[in-house]
Amino acid sequence: MKKVSRENLDALFAAIAEAKKLYLPVADGTDEKRGVKYSVWTPEAKYAAEAVNTVRSAKDFFFPQVENMVNFKVNGKKIEVDDIRTECEDFVIFGVRACDAASFKILDSVYLSEPVDTYYQNRREHGVVMTMSCSKPSETCFCSVFGIDAAEPAGDVSCWLTDDAVLMQANTEKGEALLASLPMLEDAADDAAEESKAKTKAILEKLPLKNLSTDSFGGDKLMELFSSDKWASLSEACLGCGTCTFVCPTCQCYDIRDYDTGHGVQRFRCWDSCMYADFTKTAGGQPRPTQLERFRQRFMHKLVYYPANNDGVFGCVGCGRCMKSCPISMNIVKVMKTLGEGNA
Amino acid sequence: MKQEALIPKVGVVTDIRQDTPDVKTFRVVGLDGNKLFEHMPGQCAMVSIPGIGEGMFSITSSPTNKEFMEFSIKKCGCLTSWLHMMDVGQEVTVRGPLGKNFPVETVPTPENGNYGLKGKDLLFIAGGIGLAPLRSVINYCRDKKRENPGAYGSLHIIYGSRSKDDLVDYQEILDEWSQDCKVDLTIDREQEGWDGHVGFIPNYVKELKPDLNRTVLICGPPIMIKFTLDGLKELGFQEEQVYTTMELRMKCGIGKCGRCNIGDKYVCKDGPVFRFDELSELPNEY
Repeated sequence: MKKVSRENLDALFAAIAEAKKLYLPVADGTDEKRGVKYSVWTPEAKYAAEAVNTVRSAKDFFFPQVENMVNFKVNGKKIEVDDIRTECEDFVIFGVRACDAASFKILDSVYLSEPVDTYYQNRREHGVVMTMSCSKPSETCFCSVFGIDAAEPAGDVSCWLTDDAVLMQANTEKGEALLASLPMLEDAADDAAEESKAKTKAILEKLPLKNLSTDSFGGDKLMELFSSDKWASLSEACLGCGTCTFVCPTCQCYDIRDYDTGHGVQRFRCWDSCMYADFTKTAGGQPRPTQLERFRQRFMHKLVYYPANNDGVFGCVGCGRCMKSCPISMNIVKVMKTLGEGNA
Repeated sequence: MKQEALIPKVGVVTDIRQDTPDVKTFRVVGLDGNKLFEHMPGQCAMVSIPGIGEGMFSITSSPTNKEFMEFSIKKCGCLTSWLHMMDVGQEVTVRGPLGKNFPVETVPTPENGNYGLKGKDLLFIAGGIGLAPLRSVINYCRDKKRENPGAYGSLHIIYGSRSKDDLVDYQEILDEWSQDCKVDLTIDREQEGWDGHVGFIPNYVKELKPDLNRTVLICGPPIMIKFTLDGLKELGFQEEQVYTTMELRMKCGIGKCGRCNIGDKYVCKDGPVFRFDELSELPNEY
């Protein structure tokens, strides 16, 4: 275990940023309501250590909202393919919460399975994830429901905040190499983080959603849950805005589109949402004609389809972002409670 | 950089055949004149005109054809309309082969749940453009039988369309398939110059009462598949005897973009070929 005093934290950030691009949660301007977002570290940037989570998840670093994939030069009937992929620069994300760190494993199981998505893999290989234990889990947090421990976040380096220091524990070779390159780190006792962990656990114990049950969900409940008559009332007010998918750290569906620049064609991919009508629409028909089917797809995927293919691991990490951002206050917790009624 | 499945190869259209008023068959080879890649019957490829779009199409030619690949494409949307405007010499991009093929080289045994077509008497049932994916299997089986007569049993083809003009591959059916397969054709309504059967496929299949020991491959519009399957079950066929190939909207073709997800399956990666007992375990969202 290593440590750095809180006064020295900015010096530590500066040292990391010297070799690699460093991103960390920073308050977005002066308006508190705008929340916290990951920003590139600058000497002026103030690390938002207390904010439980960023408005947008950390998936952006590995699976950006929009990215160019390949270019084409079209000349009459001729087509030239231009592979524009380049090696990504090394970067560090500091202050990732346990839920987002767990979401990377879920994204990995999709994008790193054969055939590997090289765009994602490239960024994943060059990114070092430094997680921060949650000192103030909020009432919308329910990561423990999915077996995630906010006091023991995963990542290349795990960090804990104490009154006067930040403690760091490397978990991977990448993490060890990073810590070894930072001269201002001092040695700390192996149990130095115990007090911080105990404080976090005490808050986790009191969270209102900690008893949310997953018993009614999983790959073996496919037809039973799909056929539930509760989907109609659950989805009734859904606007199909897709905000839940965009803030979700595990939503990974994308669209591929072409843009004609006038000098060539750029093929890009961008986030897409199963909540949208044209997600499955074809010239030949629409297998999900109403919002009920689209709404059901999103939750069935996280609670049933994904676990069916991934040894029972759920496709939700309990970050609570959808609870905060949904304009009609619908979210996965309400879905789980409603569908689980009478079964749990 | 490592190979990326989302970056396509360039092919060139060397021949275009107008099959029906709204179906054309495009012959495609690589820029070096060779096939772009090898495939197995039932597999698909993403074909694209950059700037217009990319779509998943079944490869209708048989892998036994060593010279080129063919795609039979019905004009029905933006991309397909554009493809129909192509002339010979037009380059397209192709990604593939994608998806799971019909198990043409798998011998069905009790251990593998009798999954496989090798050595079996086969019944092909197709409606309209649904013949496109089956044509690959039909020609594969015909060619393999010429090398080894025991490779497959007898081949029976039941094919129907709206009208005589809408029968895809009609000339090939008359000139070649009718020589070594049992072929039964039907069209939906009476038409001048047609003295064959008239009526919908599901009813025709019931009238023909095919042998119950046949393994069935079926492809066509969803409504035709539904009623034909019901008819086959009435005749005594089991779901484990019937294979189909599906079509949903797709973007990546490799099981990542999430579009063709049904239940715990991705049609692009786990399909498009499914046996009906697999499908009956999935939500009916296709």
